[in-house]
Amino acid sequence: MANNFDLDNIDIAWCPGCGNFPIHKALKAALSELNIDPLRLVMVSGIGQAAKIPHYIKAHFFNGLHGRALPPATAVKAANPSLTVIAESGEGDTYGEGGNHFIHTIRRNPDITNIVHNNMVYGLTKGQASPTSQAGFHTPVQVSGVFEEPFNPVAVAVSLNASFVARAFAGDMDQTKEILKKAVAHKGYALVDILQPCVSFNKVNTFQWFKERSYYLDSNYDPSDRVEAFKKAIEPDKFPLGVIYKSAPKPTFEENVTAYKKDAVPIVFRKTARTNLLEELLNSMR
Amino acid sequence: MNLSRVFKDDVSVVLCGEAGQGIVTVEKLLVKALKDSGFNIFATKEYMSRVRGGSNSTQLRVSSQPRSSYVDRIDLLIPLDSGAIAHLKDKITEQTIIFGDKSVLGADTDLVDVPFSKIAAEAGGAIYANTAALGLLMGLFGLGLKDIQDFVSSTIGSKKPETLKPNLQAAEKGFEYAASVSGPGKIEILLARSHEVSGQVLVNGAEAIGLGAIAGGCNFVSAYPMTPSTGILTFLAANSEKFGILTEQAEDEIAAANMALGAWYAGARGFVCTAGGGFALMAEALSLSGMIETPLVISLGQRPAPATGLPTRTEQGDLEFALYAGHGEFPRIILAPGSAAQAVELTAKAFNLADKHQCPVIILSDQYFVDAYANIPPFDFSKISAQEHIVKTGPGYKRYAFSADGISPRGIPGFGDGFVHADSDEHDENGNITEDKNIRKQMSQKRMAKLELMTKEAEPPSLIGSGDFEYLAVCWGSNYGVLKEAAEQVNNPKLAVLHFSQIFPLHSGAREIIGRAKKAVVFENNFSGQFAKILKLYAGVETGGKVLKYDGAPFSLEEAVAELKKFTAVK
Repeated sequence: MANNFDLDNIDIAWCPGCGNFPIHKALKAALSELNIDPLRLVMVSGIGQAAKIPHYIKAHFFNGLHGRALPPATAVKAANPSLTVIAESGEGDTYGEGGNHFIHTIRRNPDITNIVHNNMVYGLTKGQASPTSQAGFHTPVQVSGVFEEPFNPVAVAVSLNASFVARAFAGDMDQTKEILKKAVAHKGYALVDILQPCVSFNKVNTFQWFKERSYYLDSNYDPSDRVEAFKKAIEPDKFPLGVIYKSAPKPTFEENVTAYKKDAVPIVFRKTARTNLLEELLNSMR
Repeated sequence: MNLSRVFKDDVSVVLCGEAGQGIVTVEKLLVKALKDSGFNIFATKEYMSRVRGGSNSTQLRVSSQPRSSYVDRIDLLIPLDSGAIAHLKDKITEQTIIFGDKSVLGADTDLVDVPFSKIAAEAGGAIYANTAALGLLMGLFGLGLKDIQDFVSSTIGSKKPETLKPNLQAAEKGFEYAASVSGPGKIEILLARSHEVSGQVLVNGAEAIGLGAIAGGCNFVSAYPMTPSTGILTFLAANSEKFGILTEQAEDEIAAANMALGAWYAGARGFVCTAGGGFALMAEALSLSGMIETPLVISLGQRPAPATGLPTRTEQGDLEFALYAGHGEFPRIILAPGSAAQAVELTAKAFNLADKHQCPVIILSDQYFVDAYANIPPFDFSKISAQEHIVKTGPGYKRYAFSADGISPRGIPGFGDGFVHADSDEHDENGNITEDKNIRKQMSQKRMAKLELMTKEAEPPSLIGSGDFEYLAVCWGSNYGVLKEAAEQVNNPKLAVLHFSQIFPLHSGAREIIGRAKKAVVFENNFSGQFAKILKLYAGVETGGKVLKYDGAPFSLEEAVAELKKFTAVK
């Protein structure tokens, strides 16, 4: 089905059968159903196979450095809050190289959506462990198997009182689309960690593996209960899917910063001459 | 202690004590009081990397004519603790008049005994010792009791009215001591006072850089606190509401620089300020700025390294690092202001240059420069303005369109009907990833082509002295003031000083002017003569001599004079 966000004549660099394809489709469908104008959308990414996604969506993009999608995404939204901003990368980019930004972006709470393709392996560098690789996962580098505790992004986000935390599974495009719609529509930082198979480098955490080890939260689940959400985040056997946590409404980064306290016009469009104010400032320093 | 001294032109006052004893407060008040009274001020400080204790000192040069260098000489010294005299022992001479409290410093110390602690206790607490010192110094400079009372009331009194009475009492006591040691045969300070100076503004380098950033249209600051650049961040934060500057303390310098790039990409004017260690963390973002041709303005305040080095001291050791940081090849601009007034102008210009050339611009200063206060002549802000180069995009817009001068029209998201694509991978004109060899080659040529226009627009070096020189002392950045004054003192018609406020790209006239000297020497605060190397490499001139200092302190006037005399004595 044709979509506003489709691009013609693109050469997609993903492997056939990659979990990125259904995420790509689900995201375009979600954006389209939310009636977002491609000219008002900025996709920000780091480096990796997932981070190439901005090249395959009709939108503005900032495809920056490995691990560094969140700082520029925060800044783009703050410089011009009238734009919709999505930061999208893999789990190595977001939780490994960019782990510090992940923590502090949640604390800052910019009104952006953070989509993380989580396949528990490094794809573009050909098969090393990622921060979410499970214990015992063997790779050409982790020759005796991974022994580190896997990074738990959902638990970390809940512990930081993130304003929106969700988990999806790339094997279910429809539900992924629904979760993405909620995340993009949410005001404040929204994390969507998407479990996905890597058909080339992860022979353990396959489509079937994820399917057997995940389940959807039922309609009685209350995502506003932080303790319940934390319990869900650390469940040992299966990954709960859906919106796991939503904090009480809180102001966004853009609403909190001094520059927007008195003036809602995006700073990029303010054209006030500063000469008189500078004279005034200099006088006050006399 | 011999008190018989007459000062007609220039007095060096030093306050020294432990961190946390209130030297900074006395310094701030005293420089304001003296400047308001029409004396020229140049104040520098040296301090330890600690919050309490140690020995910190502030030097105030109070003069009839504007001065812009630090001196070894101490005329009047106020040691506030017993460590102060030992800390300054190399600089105290028979000419130094010391005012101190024997009950604190020891009965054997040769000084003018001023019972600061007793005065303070009588006024109501130890903290008032500082106000007594303030009253003493104001009195020595010839201010009347009423001037002192008015000043204390309008400064301390207006902030904390409940402390006005004890402060006044302490200041008056200090003044009485001043009166007892002033006059013919004793201390006579006969400096000229100027009405013009009293109306001027006192700024330090950090404030000058901050003012320049505001004048240059900066509306986004992301930084991580680091000495000596924290003052720039706090100055901009303090003015963020007035000017609509979005100020954020980032989690690290990596985030700071990447945020600033995101801000510029979206159409804001982003700024980061840091020191060498933080700049090291920004190296990848610097390279990103070069690749995505997104402007970035960085203020790099140098301090002695490697690694943590001497965190609160000064050096010019990061010049080559600033020039070569970042992987790959891309053009950049490096500016190094020599005075507070020049820092305002060049920082503002940095934003316009970054915007126009779509490249990183680095403002290189150092601890000495950032912390030095001076009164500056009135600044005409109407002459410097933010010149924007953003275009409205149309359908089919290409962010990296090839052009003759390498500059592609820069659009921003949400302004026009085109899409704005920035990509850290090698990209085609539209910003999409490519591995096409021809495009790679053309894109490299396009990025590097920008150097030509940058060079054409480079700041020329400024020559101080006669154009008919034989001896040329070359310097850059913060060494402008000391070499200017030293050359004036040496007063040799065959000697001139050449100051560079732009390091890269160098102005095309550099080679010719240095080539005219029979002998040239480069003054730098580093070990290896980094600027001399740059001159050789990029201007093709060998400067021969080098005067290098790398102990953490700036060149003093006396050192510079001695070196210039040695230099000009050789035939």
